[in-house]
Amino acid sequence: MRRWMPSPALSAGLLLMWLLLNQSLEPAHWLMGVFLGIVAPLLARPLQPQGYARIRKPLALFRLLGLSLIEIVRSCLNVGQIILFRRSEGVNSQFIRVPLDLRDPHGLALLSCLINTTPGTVWAEIIPDRHELLLHIFDLQEEQWWIDTIKNNYERPIIEVFESGVPAGRKEGA
Amino acid sequence: MTTGTLLAAAAGFALACVILAMILCALRLMIGPTAQDRVLALDTLWMCSMLLSLVLGIGHGSQIYFEAALLIALIGFVSTVALAKFLMRGEVIE
Amino acid sequence: MMNVADTLPWWAALPVAFLLILGGVITVTGAAGLLRLKNFYQRIHGPAITVTLGAGCFLIASMIYFTVLQSRLVIHELLISVFVLMTAPVVAMMIMRAAIYRDRRSRDLTKLAGEREEV
Repeated sequence: MRRWMPSPALSAGLLLMWLLLNQSLEPAHWLMGVFLGIVAPLLARPLQPQGYARIRKPLALFRLLGLSLIEIVRSCLNVGQIILFRRSEGVNSQFIRVPLDLRDPHGLALLSCLINTTPGTVWAEIIPDRHELLLHIFDLQEEQWWIDTIKNNYERPIIEVFESGVPAGRKEGA
Repeated sequence: MTTGTLLAAAAGFALACVILAMILCALRLMIGPTAQDRVLALDTLWMCSMLLSLVLGIGHGSQIYFEAALLIALIGFVSTVALAKFLMRGEVIE
Repeated sequence: MMNVADTLPWWAALPVAFLLILGGVITVTGAAGLLRLKNFYQRIHGPAITVTLGAGCFLIASMIYFTVLQSRLVIHELLISVFVLMTAPVVAMMIMRAAIYRDRRSRDLTKLAGEREEV
C-alpha cells in the first residue's frame, strides 16, 4: 500500500483538484482523477529528497489553520488602517530575531507560509549556526509579545502536528 | 431598484477600484528606485489583473473568465519567482 | 451588462454586492500602501492585504453569485484560493531574500570602495 501510494493525502488532493477543475462527477472524470492521484505522486517522488510529509495529527493541523485564518483577517484590518491613516515615518518597521526549536523541514515550510500569509510579518531568513529566525515586522510595538505569539500560537502546534512521534528530549540531545 | 442594478453598481465600483489599484502599481513600477521595488510592483500588478478578470466574470455573468484568472495566477507566480531568482543570482550591469 | 442577474434573490445579491465593495476598497488600500510607504521593507507589507483579504472577498463573492445563479454548487474558485494562498508567501519570501542579498552586497561594495580610496 505504502509503496504504490506514498502519500494518501496528496492523492486525495489531486483527485479533488481534478473533479473541481472539470466541475462534474461523471465516472470518466473519477477514473482520470484516480489515475492522476496514483501516478503523479510516484513520478514526483524522486524530486523530493526529504520524502513526503507525515502528518501525525490532522485535527491539530485544521485547528491551527482555522486560528491563523482569524489572525490573517485581524492583521489585514490592522495593516489597512496603518496604511490609510498613519504617516509613514511614525511606523516602527524593524527586524527581530526569534529563536526556534522546530527542526522538521516540512514544519518549517508550513511555519514560513503561515507567517508570510499574515500581513504585517515577512520571513527573511534562518540564521544557520544559531537556528534563529530573522523576521520583519511592519509595526513593532513590543518585541517580546511577537516572540511569545509565534512560539506559542504557531510553533508549538506545528511541532505537535509533525514531530509528536519523537520525544522532545532525545531530539535536543542528538 | 432590482437586484440586477444593485449588482451592476457593485461590480462597476469594484472594477473601478481594481483599475485604480493597477494604476498605482504601474506608477510604483515606473518610479520604483530599486529593482526589487519594480519586481514587487509587477507581482502586485499580476494579482490585480487576476482580480480584474474575476470581477469581469461576475459583471458579465460568465464563467469563461475563471480559466483566464487561473492562468494569470499561474503565470504570475512563475514569472515573479524567476525575476526574484534573477535578482539574487544574475549579474545585472548597474 | 446585467440582465441575467435580475433573477437573483435579494438574500444572495446583498452579500455579493457587499463583498465586491469591500474587496475593491481593500485592493485599493494595498496598492496605495505600495505607492505611499517610504522604504522597500515597509512597502512589501502593502500588497499582502490585497493578496489575502482582497482576493478572498472577490473569490467568495464569485462562489456565492454563480452557485445561486445556476442553482448548482460552483466552487471551483477554491482552486484559485488554494493556489494563491500557497504561492503568495513563497513570492514574498523570494523578493525579501533578494532585497536583503542586494542590500548587503551593495553595502559591502561601498565599504570596499571606501577602503580602497583610503589606501
